[in-house]
Amino acid sequence: MQSTRLDQLRGPGRAKRHNARTIAALTGNPGCARRAVLDAAGVDKVKLAERVGFPGSFGQSRFALSRGNAFEAMLKADDCALLRSVLGAASSLSYQDLGADSDDTLGNRHDRTVELLADARAALIDHPLLTLDVAGQTVYLEPDLIAYAHRGRLQVVEIKSFAIVDGQADSAKVSAAAVQAAVYVLALRSLLERLGQDPSLVDHEVVLVCPENFSLSPVAVKLDVRKQLSTLRRQLSRLASVASLIDALPEGITFDLALPAEELTVALGHIEPRYAPECLSTCELSVYCRNEAAGSTAVLGRPVREALGGIETVDEVLALADGSRSPTEEQAEAAALLRAALRLRSEALS
Amino acid sequence: MSTLTAFARAQAVAFGQAQPIATVRHLHVHEHPLILIPLAMAGEANAPLAALIGTDRSAPRLLVVAQPRNRDDRFAFFAALAEILVPYLDSFATETEDVPVDRGKDVRQRYVDAPQLWVPNPGGVDFLRMLGRSTRFRTTDGEYPVPAGVPLLGRWLTFFAGTAEIPGSCLLLNAVQALGLHWATGQSSAEDAQLGVQLAWIESGAEAAREAENGPVAGPATDPEFDNRVLAPLIERSAPELPGVLRDLLLPTWERMWRVLDLLRRLPVGERVASRWTSDKDAFTAFTQYVADGGAPQPRRDGAVAAAARLQRLENAAARYAVQRAFDDPLVLAEYRLTGAAFAGTVTLANPDRVDDSGKRPVLRPRIMVRTTEEVRVEPGTSLTSPARPAQKAKVISVSPAGDGRDVLLELSGGMGRKLVAEPGSVPQVGERLVLTTLSEAYRPGGTLPDPAETPWTHGGPPSIEPDLQ
Repeated sequence: MQSTRLDQLRGPGRAKRHNARTIAALTGNPGCARRAVLDAAGVDKVKLAERVGFPGSFGQSRFALSRGNAFEAMLKADDCALLRSVLGAASSLSYQDLGADSDDTLGNRHDRTVELLADARAALIDHPLLTLDVAGQTVYLEPDLIAYAHRGRLQVVEIKSFAIVDGQADSAKVSAAAVQAAVYVLALRSLLERLGQDPSLVDHEVVLVCPENFSLSPVAVKLDVRKQLSTLRRQLSRLASVASLIDALPEGITFDLALPAEELTVALGHIEPRYAPECLSTCELSVYCRNEAAGSTAVLGRPVREALGGIETVDEVLALADGSRSPTEEQAEAAALLRAALRLRSEALS
Repeated sequence: MSTLTAFARAQAVAFGQAQPIATVRHLHVHEHPLILIPLAMAGEANAPLAALIGTDRSAPRLLVVAQPRNRDDRFAFFAALAEILVPYLDSFATETEDVPVDRGKDVRQRYVDAPQLWVPNPGGVDFLRMLGRSTRFRTTDGEYPVPAGVPLLGRWLTFFAGTAEIPGSCLLLNAVQALGLHWATGQSSAEDAQLGVQLAWIESGAEAAREAENGPVAGPATDPEFDNRVLAPLIERSAPELPGVLRDLLLPTWERMWRVLDLLRRLPVGERVASRWTSDKDAFTAFTQYVADGGAPQPRRDGAVAAAARLQRLENAAARYAVQRAFDDPLVLAEYRLTGAAFAGTVTLANPDRVDDSGKRPVLRPRIMVRTTEEVRVEPGTSLTSPARPAQKAKVISVSPAGDGRDVLLELSGGMGRKLVAEPGSVPQVGERLVLTTLSEAYRPGGTLPDPAETPWTHGGPPSIEPDLQ
């Protein structure tokens, strides 16, 4: 029932699947109903943005991809010899890759993942297929991870191709990797829970395997993701139930990409967005939303909006400052500040 | 984000044009700067792809790594970069001036000028820092020799990247931050990171800025689309037209860099900029000397004591820079007035000859009364300073409500000469408009740190000497 409504929203196109990155982006802006609904329905947001006239560029460089692949292949060559050594794992450890299947047998692969993880013996389990409840929906996750089972515990191992130089790496990349890894930890824990096992068997310390310094030789570092886990949990719980959002939509709304741009724009207007400049780096539809939000103080970023006393629009800010608009009771304090700001700027610039 | 700057952003949106947030230039802009636009190879750990470099607007030099994964090509690039950069630096290590030290008992030498490097954005500074890290430990002999000049390049780049962290230092500047210090655009600061867009907001306005968004990037990261469609095929077949393509990609940014300098030069320079540039000349002189004495490459990471000392220097520089900017620029000072750390008022009473003879020796302590309508968030006993007379302290005696504002009674000391009668003009007269602030330029002594060999065990104990220099 619910899924037919989602299919209807998406149109005949193939559904885009969630991954750790999209979940991280979703929880980065939990108030955005638009993204929650479009992602739940698996709408291709890149194409949608193109259709409504605001294409973005969200490609990945071939060079970055090929280096990432080369690094991973090197680690996994010779039955993961290098990976084992960098993890300090015994060479007798069994390695299983679940990713060889075609995508059509998701359920099957998930069952095998469950089966393998259920009796968490010492093993490296590559490409497990996990599930996670996101906004009242069960989504499949195809993480690019290895579950490292040893000493009765499970540890998430993520292979990344950014370099760690002198023990330091690009902080943005590390924090993105930490959030992704936290998504995996959460999914693994919920899986164990469903199997009636202790979820804390999944370690909150994840292992990041990266190239060291300016070479390709790998180094493994442990990352504590407890903070990311609690943020993630809180924000997943805050994600308004997508079902109720969808129920609130008028009948017949669809994001079928074959529709003319005007109809798609009208359809988008039915779901409340929450644009912030951070969206530009995480959401394919952000340029459209930015254009739509033009004139609001939110477009300038949260710090600016807060410094302006949380006033909604730029016009209102300027009208309160020059006194052409009288403030409401809650705006009184902000208005006094804005009047002073205008006076001081005019005085210094005259 | 201060409310004043946020308000300027709102005005920029409304007017469709960037708004000034400074009335003077807070940076030293060199007459002969060296501009460097680095471009990185995606995916690699800080591997260069190209650089457009030079001191002459009409003659940029292009350096290209034809095969970015080839080690020899990469080090040939570093060598070529060193051949341009090092002579430029050396050209400043010629003429010196005498500087008195130790209250004039001694003199030391300082170069009369220092070099200045410009990159487009903070990413460019980080890229140079990593280039420095990847080259300064190399040796010109041994198992993996590199061309002469490369290790020296590494030391210099590390030095410049280090100075870029010091607030107010102008040895290595980036255009995005330099513009952001003087203008507020009508977009978020995240979007300002794209130099072309930010500059368009200032030069032309909102509409031009939107168009500039699809323009070429200012590096060091390349656009993935460009990588996939243009660059990859060219590199795969070692195409001879690669340099031309990269030059076309970088030239718009090169042009913009010079326009940024033009814009900044048009602003009148702040009074205290010269004194900060003098500190930069000192730093340059000292490092030139260090290099000439065969100084070792900078360590990978600072030891505990060195790190604490560096943090202290950075904190002092940040405090000094904030105060100096406020004293140089009424618009920056206005930010402090908005938060109550400063207020403006008019002198209503003045007793310039008041002498306090309650102590052993009589001292000149004039009192003035200042009437203000602005918020005064200071307690009696606080010392205030006026940017017009930075050497003079004004102690708050009392604050009392008067009319629609407040009367602030102040007692002055310092900056009035040595006699018991104030020098003419050194005491504010009735009717003079004053801005008083809790900010002060007074020297703040730092804490003392132990010798590195005495590093306590809580901080890892004395550092071991690094045995390998990779």
